[in-house]
Amino acid sequence: MPVLVRIPTPLRAITKGSAEIQAKGDTVDSLIGDLERQYPGLKDRLLDESGELRRFINIYVNQEDIRFLQAKKTALKDGDEVSIVPAIAGG
Amino acid sequence: MEKLNGLRCRECGRHYEAAPIHVCEFCFGPLEVDYRYDALKGVITRKSIEAGPPSMWRYKELLPVDGDVAVGHHVGFTPLIRAQNLADELGCREIWVKNDSVCHPTWSFKDRVVSVAVTKAREFGFDTVACASTGNLANSVAAHAAEGRLKSYIFIPADLEQGKVLATLVYSPTLVAVHGTYDEVNRLCSEIADKYRWAFVNVNFRPYYSEGSKSYGFEIVEQLGWKTPGHIVVPCAGGSLITKIWKAIKELKTLGLIDGEHGTKMYAAQAEGCGPIVTMIKNDTDQLVPVRPNTIAKSLAIGNPADGYYAYKVAKESGGSGEHATDEEIVEGMLLLARTEGIFTETAGGVTVAAAKKLIERGVIPRDESIVICVTGNGLKTPDSLQERLDAHVKIKPSLSAFDRALADLKSQTS
Repeated sequence: MPVLVRIPTPLRAITKGSAEIQAKGDTVDSLIGDLERQYPGLKDRLLDESGELRRFINIYVNQEDIRFLQAKKTALKDGDEVSIVPAIAGG
Repeated sequence: MEKLNGLRCRECGRHYEAAPIHVCEFCFGPLEVDYRYDALKGVITRKSIEAGPPSMWRYKELLPVDGDVAVGHHVGFTPLIRAQNLADELGCREIWVKNDSVCHPTWSFKDRVVSVAVTKAREFGFDTVACASTGNLANSVAAHAAEGRLKSYIFIPADLEQGKVLATLVYSPTLVAVHGTYDEVNRLCSEIADKYRWAFVNVNFRPYYSEGSKSYGFEIVEQLGWKTPGHIVVPCAGGSLITKIWKAIKELKTLGLIDGEHGTKMYAAQAEGCGPIVTMIKNDTDQLVPVRPNTIAKSLAIGNPADGYYAYKVAKESGGSGEHATDEEIVEGMLLLARTEGIFTETAGGVTVAAAKKLIERGVIPRDESIVICVTGNGLKTPDSLQERLDAHVKIKPSLSAFDRALADLKSQTS
């Protein structure tokens, strides 16, 4: 099931400049696996040594922070949009 | 003198050239301005600072500005007020209010960060500045963009207080009201910043922007006669201010401008309806759990604070703590400060006063030590919050007898 993934600038060196890529996965976790297959090295940027999402990365599924859903186990379906967004300052 | 050494990742320490970037490509950690403290030591002295202008720019050598200041020449050096009435009311010996409700030109501490960010935007050759804002930042970016003759795009949650909307629109920015929370506006802006080549003060300019907050901390120390207070209570939204006040104290210490050891303890103040940083402190965990904000303190309504982790660490490292305030306590806090000190602060200031009061009453902050309460915004921006509480006034015809009767009525009501 293809999902649209938005890639932030700091990761575009790995995606050869692509800002949006198509990837597959039933969950956010398996999506990250597919991203790694397509663009080796991407997983290490998203997950820390223990396999947890890095502290300063936020992932959104259809604009919703996955920490309000089921975190990495959040289910994905055809046509979902996933955004990877670095934390930004207050206002 | 070459005082800056580019940017450095706060997490992994990787070095980057000075550029409008804010995130480490390797670990996503925030980038921070790297100073050559060795070169600054002995060059920056109490005397050199005291000879500077009566604004935040007296600390220019400790701010990431290479050339001339472009905008906001009169920002900062706001009053530090000995709040004896408030201290008496709370049974304390020494309370100070650092009053940025009168910061020039837009009545909040955000002028400090924006004047740095907009100056940097000009240095890097941008013609458009932008921000995601809960209100105060919107006012300040719009004002300083006008002064710097730059275009501005301001993104706010659509339900923002009318006073803050008007106090932005008056400077003729492009104001975009987004149907969503601040956190949603923030996420959107992060994506917009990736697509358009604008200087987003709190996105790609964050490393420079956030340094401006240090001036608030420098001023507290200088105005106390180059001494540090025992306790500083700071309102937290994104969590940046508390970390930068702490950094300011450490920098002054590094440069030898503070006598002896400083033992300042830092306290985070947040609304109960949006207090993820204080929750971390109370639960003693460095894992931030984002919340959906529900509070009248809209300028602090950030459910996913970017600097939450660092704010928590500052409270811990300094031996301080944190406290929540309910909406009712926030209004009481605003009224208490106004009644005792004649200072009208916005809801965020109400949060800080209320949290300080609770920390004192709980015995967390000792009554016989010096306490600084950080008031960072002006009450005239959020009058809505007081509307229900403040309608008791006397209406009379223009005659002395009408006044005599009204006065007698008032006296009988209060006796």
